[in-house]
Amino acid sequence: MNPAYSIIFFTTAAGAGYGLLTLVALYALAGDAAASASPALFALGLAGVLVTSGLLSSTAHLGHPGRAWRALSQWRSSWLSREGVLALACYVPALIWAWQLSRGTDTAPALPLCSAVLALATVYATAMIYASLKSVDAWHLTAVPVNYLLLALASGAVLWLAIRTWMSVATLTDATLTAALIAAAGVGKWSYWQTLARLTPRSTLGSATGLGTLGTVSSLAWPHTEQNYLLKEMGFVVARRHADKLRRSVVMCVGVLPVGVAMLSGLSTGLVASLLAGLAVVTLAIGLVLERWLFFAEAKHSVSLFYGR
Amino acid sequence: MTMLPSSTAKKLGLVIDLDTCVGCQACATSCKEWNDAGHSAPLTDTDPYGAAPDGVWFNRVHSYEVQTPGGSKTVNFPKSCLHCDNAPCVTVCPTGASFKRAADGIVLVDADKCIGCKLCSWACPYGAREYDAHDGVMKKCTLCVDRIYNENLEEAARVPACVAACPTGARSFGDLGDPHSGVSALVRARGGYDLMPEQGCAPVNKYLPPRATPQITQAPLTRHGGGIESALLRWLDKILT
Repeated sequence: MNPAYSIIFFTTAAGAGYGLLTLVALYALAGDAAASASPALFALGLAGVLVTSGLLSSTAHLGHPGRAWRALSQWRSSWLSREGVLALACYVPALIWAWQLSRGTDTAPALPLCSAVLALATVYATAMIYASLKSVDAWHLTAVPVNYLLLALASGAVLWLAIRTWMSVATLTDATLTAALIAAAGVGKWSYWQTLARLTPRSTLGSATGLGTLGTVSSLAWPHTEQNYLLKEMGFVVARRHADKLRRSVVMCVGVLPVGVAMLSGLSTGLVASLLAGLAVVTLAIGLVLERWLFFAEAKHSVSLFYGR
Repeated sequence: MTMLPSSTAKKLGLVIDLDTCVGCQACATSCKEWNDAGHSAPLTDTDPYGAAPDGVWFNRVHSYEVQTPGGSKTVNFPKSCLHCDNAPCVTVCPTGASFKRAADGIVLVDADKCIGCKLCSWACPYGAREYDAHDGVMKKCTLCVDRIYNENLEEAARVPACVAACPTGARSFGDLGDPHSGVSALVRARGGYDLMPEQGCAPVNKYLPPRATPQITQAPLTRHGGGIESALLRWLDKILT
């Protein structure tokens, strides 16, 4: 599948924003002091910027961005529509909560609770857009929403750790929690690749043409001599040649490096701790973009079968 | 509304005979010609006479080689929208632009509602939908909805352009929901099948398999017998050898 940059940016940035919102909400619900003070307000602001810029970027690949509002209408059948509705709904409790934080008034637990639930539901809906497609074997898996949720939480946690470290309220517990969430996301991604390796393709050229019952089918001639929409959009194959190298980079950047750097940050103090937390954010961000690029570029669509691929 | 109708009064569709298709591309070009001025017009081409021509087509003819125990066989394979009963391209549409008609089962795109998100083309396992980057909307086979009900055309011409153009009669059009229709009889007689049934789309269009190639065997010349004709052939064979 063609890895459109607007979609890579949207899913990673909005995922991190929703993850951050969820983390702050969970801290607030647990009665953490910083979660009802300026670190939380700053975090909600950052989450808002990430989510909003992501959502705007997701409209950039549309043929008619001006009609994007229509996408809110078909929530009964379409995960894309559900994603839009949930994303907008999430703004309501989050904005009221942020407004209350800015005024220093007490927050009812319902606001962080609703924010967290809607944030996670939005990430789930995003993942289900892909996981609901039977035409892409690598996507039609339970592991896909699990990965999206874990990666959103990991990226949110690393941002929350960085904010807490800069504002000198971070503890070793925060760093440990962050490292654990990043490790869980890394292991989740690794096990997804194990699942892919064991996957039997749902369809073959034999079943696509129905000629498999007669013998071995191979493509003799394409209907066209040049690229077309189907090949550009769904026949993207570049990544598969470099997949192993890129997967190793993802494991380093989404798993090993940020786990280590986050723990080191938790064990340090002052400027060193802040720099290390910042480094954890940067490595995870690079890893996430690579991971999302691979998620699209490695996925084979059943239409490629008709082209003998 | 992108919920699928629970059932459709008719199931209009095509039956494509892979035995008689000669891969001449007449269906593909006549489709392009009709639809370039039809319901989803234009079928935009980019760089048509340049180095990398590209454009929207609703019907594309592949060619395959099948290695069978009796030798290899070339099969020409036209592919267009199958107007599935359980069309995933319809249910994924976030705007309601993609829909299946309850009256005749035709799957269409309302170009005024389409936001061009391309998700329907991802959901279709067959690659039946093609995005028109110039118009910013998704386009697809309409089953020539502007021909089959067109009272300005002679009754015989009220079939999809691809069916009208096929010189070998490899394409048939009709109601596959009616067990007494000609197309349903054809499917029964020839063992018509679904493409990728495992994708669960329940396509309406059916494909008829190539017939088994008759094995032509030549009786060997025998040394004796067979009358004067065989004796003459044996004599010729001797002289020529």
